[in-house]
Amino acid sequence: MEPMAIVSIFVLSVFVGFEVVSKVSSTLHTPLMSGANAIHGVILVGAIIVADHSTTNLELGLSVAAIILATINMVGGFVVTDRMLEMFKGNKK
Amino acid sequence: MSRTLYDLIGLAAGVAFILALKGLSHPKTARRGNLIGAFGAALATLVVFFHTNEGSSLPLNNLGWILGAIAIGLVIGVPAARKVQMTQMPQLVALFNGVGGGAAALVAIVEYLNLGDTATTAEVIFTVFTVIVGCVSFSGSVITFMKLQELMTTRPVIFPAGRFIIAATLVSVLGVGGWVVNSLGTTPLLILAGLSLLFGILFVLPVGGADVPIVISLLNAFTGLTVAASGYVLDSTLLIIAGTLVGASGTILTRLMAEAMGRSLFGTLFGAFTAKPQDVAAAGEERPVRSGSPDDVAILLNYARRVVIVPGFGLAVAQAQHTVRELADLMISKGIDVAYGIHPVAGRMPGHMNVLLAEANVPYDQLAEMDEVNPTFGQTDVAIVIGANDVVNPAAQTTPGCPIYGMPILEVNHAANIIFLKRSMRPGFAGIENELLYDPKTMLLFGDAKASLTKVVSALKAL
Repeated sequence: MEPMAIVSIFVLSVFVGFEVVSKVSSTLHTPLMSGANAIHGVILVGAIIVADHSTTNLELGLSVAAIILATINMVGGFVVTDRMLEMFKGNKK
Repeated sequence: MSRTLYDLIGLAAGVAFILALKGLSHPKTARRGNLIGAFGAALATLVVFFHTNEGSSLPLNNLGWILGAIAIGLVIGVPAARKVQMTQMPQLVALFNGVGGGAAALVAIVEYLNLGDTATTAEVIFTVFTVIVGCVSFSGSVITFMKLQELMTTRPVIFPAGRFIIAATLVSVLGVGGWVVNSLGTTPLLILAGLSLLFGILFVLPVGGADVPIVISLLNAFTGLTVAASGYVLDSTLLIIAGTLVGASGTILTRLMAEAMGRSLFGTLFGAFTAKPQDVAAAGEERPVRSGSPDDVAILLNYARRVVIVPGFGLAVAQAQHTVRELADLMISKGIDVAYGIHPVAGRMPGHMNVLLAEANVPYDQLAEMDEVNPTFGQTDVAIVIGANDVVNPAAQTTPGCPIYGMPILEVNHAANIIFLKRSMRPGFAGIENELLYDPKTMLLFGDAKASLTKVVSALKAL
């Protein structure tokens, strides 16, 4: 990919990241952190790509470990965030 | 699947992540936001099975291994997230963050092995970055997990010449990083990984218990950046977007958390290097305290006009949120004005108490934030502190140099009477003695918070 395109994507994403969370009540700090934590579990995609590229046993072994860890991060992260937020249900009434 | 379609779906997932963070920032949309994020992640994971990056054919190589590994991850991750107690959620988040960082570092290492001599300098630099930060995030998160789980001391661990050791480690990490970029080799990369793991441990050890949530949030932002860097190496726009989003929002969130606790980020991360060991705790063990029975507490409450309940980690540990609500309802039925004073960082994480009390269906309008409730303590007859300590410790205002100095507190010391429900005389998570416990207007009720509250409720009913 063009280096300039990558830089643009990076800079714009930084600003979007800043903007979306700039005003958050402290009540939501923990769920928000947990949700963001789950989002970076998308490294699972990277882990699958490198597993596909793997040619040696060492590479494959490390990729398999990466997939396991990334899956835990992603799926566990979203589930635990949902559990936290489930508790806020009562407040909406 | 064509590259264009693949990228478009990746873009959709990126948009889903933005909407997820946006949704998570507001109480009403938070849960939906999380689901949108999960949808985006699932979508991104699915499409990668239908696209190959470098012309190799479908299905993916090693497909069985990939699916098996995902299955193992699911079997570990889902039950862990489902079964964890509310009280242990913070350390689970820390652990999830750590394994994410570890995964990013592993991905970078594999891709490096795979590229070999064909790697461009830029790719090697990003690989080095990912390995360093991913490893720091992994080992650092494991230490925060151990601190929160109380597998090790929650106090800052400071050893002689600590700052020189940590500085030397950092210099070697950077030096070896430069070596990898220059000479390209597997051995230097593995040495780099080892040194980075060590640095992560040294980086988090000196952080005091109360600051751990801030560090978790910072490591979370770090992991985001590693994901972005691996996105560059793997030529995946989605990883760049998702990783950068988490890195940026995580940084802001870290700052917000530090502000809520009245800490400077710099002080949190490096303060422990200059802090002197606390000798306050040693002085206090023998001093007299006034302890009371549940009946004494009930009588005090019965004749109060205004009561403020200050919940803390002890409430979470004892799972006493339903009992405390029962007590509050009983007092309200007796015409007593009841409010909950919620410190933003009571418990082990910001918002911990709101989550717990929401679980017990405590009406939202009874929850008062710190700024709201502090001016009212002067007119409060009784403040009941349930398993909280550091967040009401006046040392934060009166003792410069103590680890929590400068943190805003709930000023229960202005109330006419203070009741502490405590398990023991042990100091709070920050490891600092609380003078308020020895105050003449303080009454202590020892025991498990739930058991104590149950007794107070029945005593109050009998009056």
